[in-house]
Amino acid sequence: MDIHEYQAKELLSRYQIHIPRGGLAYSPEQAAYRAREIGGDRWVVKAQVHSGARGKAGGIRICSSDHEIVEAADSMLGRTLVTHQTGPQGKLVSRLYVEEAMDIEREIYIGFVLDRKLERIMIVASSSGGMEIEEIAEAEPDSIIRATVDPGVGMQDFQAREIAFGLGIDNALIGRATQTLLGCYRSFVDYDASMLEINPLVVTKRGDLVALDAKMSFDENALFRRPHIAEMRDKSQEDQRETFASDRGLSYVGLDGNIGCIINGAGLAMATMDMIKIAGGEPANFLDIGGGASPERVAKSFRAVLRDKNVETILVNIFAGINRCDWVAEGVIKALREVGVPVPLVVRLSGTNMEEGRRILAESGEDIIVAETLAEAADKAVSAWRAFSANKAA
Amino acid sequence: MSILLDKNTRVIVQGFTGKIGSFHADDMKRYGTNVVGGVTPGKGGLTHLGLPVFNTVKGAVQETGAHASIVFVPPPFAADSIMEAADAGIRLCVCITDGIPSQDMIRVKRYMRRYRFEDRMTLIGPNCAGMITPGEAMMGIMPGSIYLPGRIGIVGRSGTLGYEAASQMKALGIGVSTSVGIGGDPVNGSSFKDMLELFENDPGTDAVLMIGEIGGPQEAEAALWASNNMKKPLIAYIAGLSAPKGRRMGHAGAIISAFGESAQEKVEILKGAGVTIVPTPSSFGETVANVLSAMSKAA
Repeated sequence: MDIHEYQAKELLSRYQIHIPRGGLAYSPEQAAYRAREIGGDRWVVKAQVHSGARGKAGGIRICSSDHEIVEAADSMLGRTLVTHQTGPQGKLVSRLYVEEAMDIEREIYIGFVLDRKLERIMIVASSSGGMEIEEIAEAEPDSIIRATVDPGVGMQDFQAREIAFGLGIDNALIGRATQTLLGCYRSFVDYDASMLEINPLVVTKRGDLVALDAKMSFDENALFRRPHIAEMRDKSQEDQRETFASDRGLSYVGLDGNIGCIINGAGLAMATMDMIKIAGGEPANFLDIGGGASPERVAKSFRAVLRDKNVETILVNIFAGINRCDWVAEGVIKALREVGVPVPLVVRLSGTNMEEGRRILAESGEDIIVAETLAEAADKAVSAWRAFSANKAA
Repeated sequence: MSILLDKNTRVIVQGFTGKIGSFHADDMKRYGTNVVGGVTPGKGGLTHLGLPVFNTVKGAVQETGAHASIVFVPPPFAADSIMEAADAGIRLCVCITDGIPSQDMIRVKRYMRRYRFEDRMTLIGPNCAGMITPGEAMMGIMPGSIYLPGRIGIVGRSGTLGYEAASQMKALGIGVSTSVGIGGDPVNGSSFKDMLELFENDPGTDAVLMIGEIGGPQEAEAALWASNNMKKPLIAYIAGLSAPKGRRMGHAGAIISAFGESAQEKVEILKGAGVTIVPTPSSFGETVANVLSAMSKAA
């Protein structure tokens, strides 16, 4: 789960990480008022969306008068910001963060991630801040410093010191840098983060070390014990198809194709999508219906898939282990009758109570294309989709 | 022969008296698994499904001589249960639970290293379908009937995709020595490589089918190990050809976040290591059959 920059900064400031003075605004007038509260003569107006690279997309503006602030805020609020991370549909800007502008001496990158190979938290730092880490890795690979933390004892002062000296930070600021790095580590652990990035962390002309931007993501499996983090979720930043599905306990990822998928198990779901692609189609979504596929759950899945207006065929592929094919078949019929499925439907059932499930489908009198194998299911779905979309065009 | 699990393995169930634990404990017993008891704190002394319930894993091990456990404990408490098993001297622990926080798993892995290598518990999972040695025993939630006993080892992340592979093999009369689901989480107990090592040393296994997916370094690590150490044929499939970068595909670990983690990149790495690739998810059976017939011609 991602949060906004201002939320990440607020969390980090509790761990003695210095952040610029700033305030949240929902309107141009409020943005100007925030600037007055903050004081000074230069401010930065920042669109709060779950994406990096906001500057290049016009989501960050430096202002030096009320007038400029109002103008900047007006140009951002209510607009969708399209960055190379958001995809072409962009993300809605509904809040702004107004900050005092900093006089920057130099920019540093620091990030904390989970290293899957070492199964530890890894710190990645570079003296070439401001760029994205992928760009740094390409342009200045030698500038990257890595360290991992022994989970038995946590991050040690000397590790933070080594990184700080490695970044070429002045002696006078080493203590501050050490505190900053240790603070990041502690917040990462305390809130079950999965990613934390301060880019840039800046050395100011006044000799302070300040987080100019901050990004944090959290382990969704740990939200049960982090209610404070769970409350920060901003559904307006999510794909609306995905929010609808996740509110109903379904694991769904929206894609750009036309063949909607309802499958049990993440691996089988990915494999089925691959099979659709091999057969010449494009999947509209990933959807894992999970273990207990009750008729209600199947009906909910149909609703979630059909919210995507690009869907022109639905493929249901269930390999029942804990599930039972007869329940799934009943769910499919229920969905057809209650939800209404205005597109061709291909169903492949395998595993526990397979014969019973197929019998229920056959005897229902509903218009269902039945397949026995995975390859057959994908082929039939792609031909049904081609016929449907040709008809629609004609 | 098999790896890790056979009909003599004495198994206890952690989270025994819960709805899910009860259902699967019963199913495992029916399959022939030597289930000897279970653990639910606070319910020690009761009898459940005709078997004794214990308050602690230590108590269960002392009384039943169990050396394997399967965990059905809910996510907030599952890591604790795994560590309890490791401390009680359990040698094989299969954790089915889906949704354990990553940092809990980091702690579990660190904790397990406090034991000498010879005494260290083998952890399978979490977030997996478990494992089965067809015709002998099952520690998991899979439908036992789709596996034919035989001589091919299967190791995969996903449950249902593993079922797909096993049933395609069964349709062609190809059986399985042991099938292991290592789970879809970013931090898990055993890796692909760990399982390949066991299969390579198992006289009852002739070849291994590895079913990987996008995300993480484990398939590449396994390929490297196999190219240097494995004499038995290795066959592999990677799911997620159509998965976009940066989007998590259901499994917490199935997200392309670094170079070498996409399906195409992993397939190239595996090919480079001499692994036979299953070209589509509908050709598991066929590809394994081809490898087997090539082996018998060579012999």
